[in-house]
Amino acid sequence: MSASALADEPGFLEALFARRAVLVSLIVFLVILAAVILAPLIAPADPSAMSVRNRLAAPGGDYWLGADAFGRDVLSRLLYAGQVSLTIGCGVALVASVVGIVFGLVAGFFRRLDGPVSRIVDAMMAFPDILLAIALVAILGGSMINVIIALSIVYAPRIARIVRASTLVIRELPFVEAAQALGSSTGFIMINHVLRNIVSPIIVQATFIFAYAMLAEAGLSFLGVGVDPSTPTWGTMINEGRQYIDQAAFLIFFPGIAISVSVLCLQLIGDGLRDALDPRIAKEL
Amino acid sequence: MHETAAAPPLISIRNLSKRFETPRGTVHAVRDVSFDIPRGSITGLVGESGSGKTTLGRALLRLIEPSDGQTFFDGIDLNTLGAGAMRAMRRRMQIIFQDPVSSLNPRMRVHEIIGEGLRAHGLGDRRKRRDMVAGLLAEVGLQPDHMSRYPHEFSGGQRQRIGIARALALEPEFIVADESVSALDVSIQAQVLNLLLEIRDKRNLTMLFIAHDLSVVEYLCDKIVVMYLGRAVEIGDAGPVYRAPAHPYTRALLSAIPIPDPERQANREILAGDIPSPLSPPSGCVFRTRCAHALETCARGEPGAHAVSANHTAFCKRIEELA
Repeated sequence: MSASALADEPGFLEALFARRAVLVSLIVFLVILAAVILAPLIAPADPSAMSVRNRLAAPGGDYWLGADAFGRDVLSRLLYAGQVSLTIGCGVALVASVVGIVFGLVAGFFRRLDGPVSRIVDAMMAFPDILLAIALVAILGGSMINVIIALSIVYAPRIARIVRASTLVIRELPFVEAAQALGSSTGFIMINHVLRNIVSPIIVQATFIFAYAMLAEAGLSFLGVGVDPSTPTWGTMINEGRQYIDQAAFLIFFPGIAISVSVLCLQLIGDGLRDALDPRIAKEL
Repeated sequence: MHETAAAPPLISIRNLSKRFETPRGTVHAVRDVSFDIPRGSITGLVGESGSGKTTLGRALLRLIEPSDGQTFFDGIDLNTLGAGAMRAMRRRMQIIFQDPVSSLNPRMRVHEIIGEGLRAHGLGDRRKRRDMVAGLLAEVGLQPDHMSRYPHEFSGGQRQRIGIARALALEPEFIVADESVSALDVSIQAQVLNLLLEIRDKRNLTMLFIAHDLSVVEYLCDKIVVMYLGRAVEIGDAGPVYRAPAHPYTRALLSAIPIPDPERQANREILAGDIPSPLSPPSGCVFRTRCAHALETCARGEPGAHAVSANHTAFCKRIEELA
């Protein structure tokens, strides 16, 4: 559904890539994504193979990006850790979108449920993101699935709010009234008339949530409340490298770069999508 | 009002009211309106903006719930039907909208738009529906191969034809046309009006044509209902209402129709002021604040129905004196 909606936008790709930064971001992000997915093929070493002799080895030689305190290859760990970080980011973007869409449509469509649902959404958005995430992971326990669930609960209200606001506008349009006059069911109207018209803002917001979730996951892992510490993530790598910051600063430098570049690219792609999907701004470009 | 014809009317509206509660008070958008729509006729519903004509059209189709009164469709009181029965009844009554842009979902292809009703009522399979849509497109003067396009690829007149095809898909007996040509260019208006007349004749449709343009209504309608501030002020067959309007408001409206002849000086009755707020309508006759003939008595008590002739009623106390 999303693909066809995007393809309908006249000159959508032209508008999207009118800004060079968006094109560059997309290419860089795709390269990161490919490298992470192909980690088993391209990683130079086993990410958990230790070598005490080479502990804290500087970048260069056999260890392109150095070795950590146990002598494990940083580049290999970075690639495998990216699998976890990107899976969590992507998973949260998807789950939060689905949950947000359901709550947003219900709140926007049924006046009686709007009050309760909107108040819950407001209350959740009033919590600081990372505190709520820590509390939820503490309750659920630290695993990749639980981190995805916790962060989805944190970010779903953002989607719900956008969907509700758009639904309130669209449900008053004559084509919705026409659908009611034709005898279409409420479910059909919600999906085919409302949701199909708000795919664009949801995609934009989901891209931002992808980025926020990766940052939040890194934060949780750094604080030691993320996924199981034996699984490398960019956040845990920074946390482990923290102790050796004076001897081997590269241990936090490379995962830091990985997080920053991924998040920056996603943000720029999200910005570009928003501008390209908004017809008013798209025309000015 | 005085149906003497053998066939009972398709639609009978009885004392229909619609109130909206607003923070500033109750708005009586439609108040105690009663009239019949004879089978096979086109009945015109005219009035200024804010007269309640659109609300009446919606309330009679139960797109909004009326506050009071009954609507009989072929003898069935629609307002007593449950949700399921009402959905089934919707096959028999449709609506054509004013705005050809916002009345079509921009994300749906034409065959989805026109076939939506068929799908909602489980009529035909995917292929059969496409064939039916092709037939409907031809009927409204569009190419059947237009069905895979999106609404933005069409002009205003073409979009309105798509809206008409959508309304016809379920083969309804009754259609409400809500200002269905007023958003179009004058040249396109005539084409769409002729299309509506053609379809009416072919399918023996009954229509309620809501408009503010009286020349359009005169061209199209067999019967006229004039509304002012939520109330019907004059109801009658088109000929008598146009030739001899009885209510001062109808007279003023008719005198506002431009005459396409520069030699003739129109004898205009200009209405002073604006339509009063529906939050606090005038007591008695709602038109008295703008009526040139208003007396003290007009402020006291509502004007009842006064028969002007058979099939012609006006709601004015001074009808005999003013005739």
